[in-house]
Amino acid sequence: MYTSIVLVKQVPDTANITGKVMKDDGTVNRAMLPAIFNYEDKVALEFALRVKDQYGGKVIAITMGPPRASDILRECLYMGADRVYAISDRKFAGADTLATSYVLSEAIKKIGNYDFIFAGRQAIDGDTAQVGPQTAEKLGIPQVTYAEKINSIKNGKIEIRKKIDGGYEIVRCKLPVLITVLKGAAEPRPFKAKRIMAYKGAKTLTDLEKMTEGNSLLYIDTLKHEYKTRNLFIETLTADDLKVDDSRCGIKGSPTKVHKVESVVLAGGNHEKIAASKDAIGELIGKLMEDRIF
Amino acid sequence: MHNNEVWVFVEQRNGKPADVSFELLSKGRKLADQINGALRSVVIGHNARKIAEDTFKYGVNEAFLVDHPDLQLFRTMPYSRILNELIKKHTPRVVLFGATVYGRDLAPRVASNTKSGLTADCTDLKISDVKYLGKDYPQLLLQIRPAFGGNIVATIITPDVPVQMATVREGVMEMHPCEKPHKVKITEISYNPVDIDGLLEIIEQHREESKVNLKAAPIIVAGGYGLGSKENFKLLHELAHVLGGEVAGSRAAVDAGFISPDRQVGQTGVTVRPKLYIAVGISGAIQHRAGMQEAKKIIAINTDPDAPIFDISHYGIVGDASQVLPMFIDAYKHKLK
Repeated sequence: MYTSIVLVKQVPDTANITGKVMKDDGTVNRAMLPAIFNYEDKVALEFALRVKDQYGGKVIAITMGPPRASDILRECLYMGADRVYAISDRKFAGADTLATSYVLSEAIKKIGNYDFIFAGRQAIDGDTAQVGPQTAEKLGIPQVTYAEKINSIKNGKIEIRKKIDGGYEIVRCKLPVLITVLKGAAEPRPFKAKRIMAYKGAKTLTDLEKMTEGNSLLYIDTLKHEYKTRNLFIETLTADDLKVDDSRCGIKGSPTKVHKVESVVLAGGNHEKIAASKDAIGELIGKLMEDRIF
Repeated sequence: MHNNEVWVFVEQRNGKPADVSFELLSKGRKLADQINGALRSVVIGHNARKIAEDTFKYGVNEAFLVDHPDLQLFRTMPYSRILNELIKKHTPRVVLFGATVYGRDLAPRVASNTKSGLTADCTDLKISDVKYLGKDYPQLLLQIRPAFGGNIVATIITPDVPVQMATVREGVMEMHPCEKPHKVKITEISYNPVDIDGLLEIIEQHREESKVNLKAAPIIVAGGYGLGSKENFKLLHELAHVLGGEVAGSRAAVDAGFISPDRQVGQTGVTVRPKLYIAVGISGAIQHRAGMQEAKKIIAINTDPDAPIFDISHYGIVGDASQVLPMFIDAYKHKLK
């Protein structure tokens, strides 16, 4: 029986950025981007679910982000997570990886005992791969990054195959441990129809507050109680709940600052146009030969 | 030793130093000069004195050497503990790591412990005075990297913390041996294992020297997602074979399974500076350009006349690769006759 905590993140779909997403001042209009479940985090969840399938235990997914990030927590429930937490507070906004890892580590301490923390190797909006290791450091536990496969778990130790430059390593690590998982390591299981039916109505406090707006017959406490009894309440952990040091959260707690952002819009260019014909290409090759490129 | 130190973590694999570490030392030398500081290499390993000595070829003023049998193979816990302690004791201004698997495992751990700023996968590093939120900061490290799917280039600073950290991919910085190296001065630091260091053990390690060496190839023929299929990549292989070059691909092509990851050119792949780079069906996102724009000559072949790749090319051919590539191959063979 093992308890796994999975760190998941909702990210803007940076692979599909169109011109419309760029503002005139060269910054990105995040609101224009579709928000998706960071794929490697889904693979991490799959790892955790497989540990549960094989050895028993439970899987808890947590995400830090704005209220709408709870969308992916519902998806975690559809895949098979037992419990989910939204970690959300205005004070957390603008966090870099250091401030994020601080809040995540405090949330994990609050949630309680665990054997594994799984996370995707990196998120596609920043590609930094930093939050996993930084969280492990703050929790004082070892880490295995770039995991490809779990070989076995026994005697309080996990044996993992992990990627290194030019090859791989088999490592054995004592629990608890934080593991970051590579994209190709496992195929995330599809959502289960039964679980979609069961959890599509799962709501966070913010969701419920929206429902009560303009409806004097709905009392937030009653609603919350009802959702809790039906096991459809997604708990939110705020700065107050976690008793975090505000100076270490959000923008305030982030040592890295964006000094300048330049839009990469190239126009024109001075290249020589070569016709798509054998003669023109032959001429170009002749020129390159003269220049001793070939 | 000066107060303004630039440190480079020197990565070694099976007793061999990684190229990226020497590239970073070459860059670190320039950064250190700009802040009137000193360059220090930090070498952790076993029987690694030779590596520490080698770092002086790249302009190192002083080296730290931590040498112990337990440190032969990289392991996160002991390596990060050693760096945490050294950094807290000496407070360097800049610490650079290769953005390798080990570097990306180690650097965030150290940044987290020392509460330093860390920017991953920088494509350029500069020193500059900065005015930020009305305050003047002299000689900050500008950490420059593409972001957001390559639509922006961000300059990151870490103004209010003493230690500025960055990782850089292999090949991004150029390796320059120093003309007048300093005298070798190595300070040995002792290592005392603690329990937490032994939580993880390495059972096996398999490493194959990559047979692909894109960095050394004079001619590279690279394909992108625009090629559409693995089949079309065969034409690239044929052209590369005829020209005596290597085949490479963009990240999108790698993600689509058209080509293997060790042939990826760009910010998260290899940075190359060949004599000729032929980009086929590559739109030219900045992450890709970061890895090839210093090629001596660039030929772009693309069906979209507005593809950004044309903006950094010397020659552009608008057309379908399945037609243009056979013409190219024929024309080249014809010229050789």
